[in-house]
Amino acid sequence: MIYFKYIRMQLRSLAQYRSTFWFMIMGQSLTCALGFASMTMMFDRFHTVAGWTYAEAALCYAAVFMAFSIAECVARGFDSFSRLIVSGDFDRLLLRPRALTLQVLGSSFELTRLGRLIVGGTILQFAARNLGVAWTADKVVVLIMMILSGVVIFFGVFMLGAAMCFVTVEGLEIVNVFTDGGREIASYPLPIYGKTALRFFTFIIPYGCFNYLPLLYLVGRADGHAALYALSPLIGMLFVIPCAFVWKAGVRRYLSTGN
Amino acid sequence: MSAVKTRNMSTITDIVRPYASMFRIQFIGQLQYRAAAWAGIVTQFFFGFVFVMMYSAFYGGEAGAVGVPSLQTIISYQWLKQAFLMMVVLWSQDADLLNQIVGGHVAYSLCRPVDLYSLWAARLLANRAARCALRFAPVLILAFVLPAPYGMIPPPNVESGLLFIVSLLLGALVAVGMSMFLYVLTFVTLSSVGPRLFIGAIADFATGMIIPIPLMPDWLQRALAMTPFPHIADLPFRIYSGDIAGAAAGAAIGVQVFWVITLGITGWLAFRVVLRRTVVQGG
Repeated sequence: MIYFKYIRMQLRSLAQYRSTFWFMIMGQSLTCALGFASMTMMFDRFHTVAGWTYAEAALCYAAVFMAFSIAECVARGFDSFSRLIVSGDFDRLLLRPRALTLQVLGSSFELTRLGRLIVGGTILQFAARNLGVAWTADKVVVLIMMILSGVVIFFGVFMLGAAMCFVTVEGLEIVNVFTDGGREIASYPLPIYGKTALRFFTFIIPYGCFNYLPLLYLVGRADGHAALYALSPLIGMLFVIPCAFVWKAGVRRYLSTGN
Repeated sequence: MSAVKTRNMSTITDIVRPYASMFRIQFIGQLQYRAAAWAGIVTQFFFGFVFVMMYSAFYGGEAGAVGVPSLQTIISYQWLKQAFLMMVVLWSQDADLLNQIVGGHVAYSLCRPVDLYSLWAARLLANRAARCALRFAPVLILAFVLPAPYGMIPPPNVESGLLFIVSLLLGALVAVGMSMFLYVLTFVTLSSVGPRLFIGAIADFATGMIIPIPLMPDWLQRALAMTPFPHIADLPFRIYSGDIAGAAAGAAIGVQVFWVITLGITGWLAFRVVLRRTVVQGG
């Protein structure tokens, strides 16, 4: 398949700069680890946050970082889309008789983000063991779905950001509010930020669907519709559909910046 | 006698002039990026709000936290950080200068009768000053009008306010002094993307940009106090809230001056060493 050819190409070019690659992996891991160390220090001082325990917050942190790093690794082409527009390279993609989304995805593949994935996975293990939850099969499935759902939702946000580039040409720093900012927010259980933020990040950009809603199910705090909480990661994934429509609309209206 | 004196004065201004010009040119140049600044303001404000909510949630819990500053202190700390981020972050760099080193254009700068270290330091300082000048006021104003628990409060007295300004400017100098070593490193390794990310991660943490230094464990605070890191942002922010005041503040500012001088001299010497070894290939 052509996508894998793209990836092989990207990996080969990466292999030319090996020491840079390892430094990047180490840097990424370190960022993730220091973020978690900071969270640990906060809990060391305060013990709980708005009724949530350290293990619960750690699970959120791990899930969001794993999801974000996979999404960034795969969908970096969308995340850095303004580069394609500004340079005019996007016109070349349009001329080729291959699926456009595939080409954008193939334009960049950030393997270095896997540094975060490894650290995130370690934290996830730690959190899962300290959560005091009996890990039945359904709960393991929900946990995996949390991460997958996060990947899909971040993917959607990256697509929205890319679609905005059709209008603004330059990449917008505002988009960072929803990508990096979303990551920052979702690394704690969402209710600590108050009701308005909770609603916004549940119903508009559904970070809550892979963060605290399934977490409630995992720790057995889901009152009433337990099944709904368990399925929330799946529901959250629907978010990518409107994002894809916006992206398509953007492509249709695209006028080249010239070259 | 007096003629000699004037001549000496004019030599001093002659010496300083190219660096002052560099500062002015770069400052004015950076002021042009207004749209980027507005986007930055929105982002800074958003992140500030997220962190303020987070700290409020932590403090709102049990009263078991001992030995930590008040919530109000931390919130002011956070808003100051958002407002003056561009002044004090260590990861901000000048891509032009890095490209000059990697691309070899630095050879032209070396031909000029100026001290490269001072010239670049002036330029980096101008970057920080201009980016900060465009951003800090709106963030501060918004932070001050926010309702009581989330907003920012003025310093307890005029003295703290004035010492804060002195300490913040010195902090920017410490930051410039430290970031100059990044260019030294680039002279040696030529590719700087990887190490930059690595150093940036540590610096972000050690300057108190991820969580405020007063909330870190005591042993770590003691260890960091021996490095220049807390003298960049943490110290001015704590002087602002009166957490460090009076003689203690004076002593701390003295340590800042020590770091500015130490970093300046070691950086200048490091530049001399790497520049002597630099080979410009072709042209």
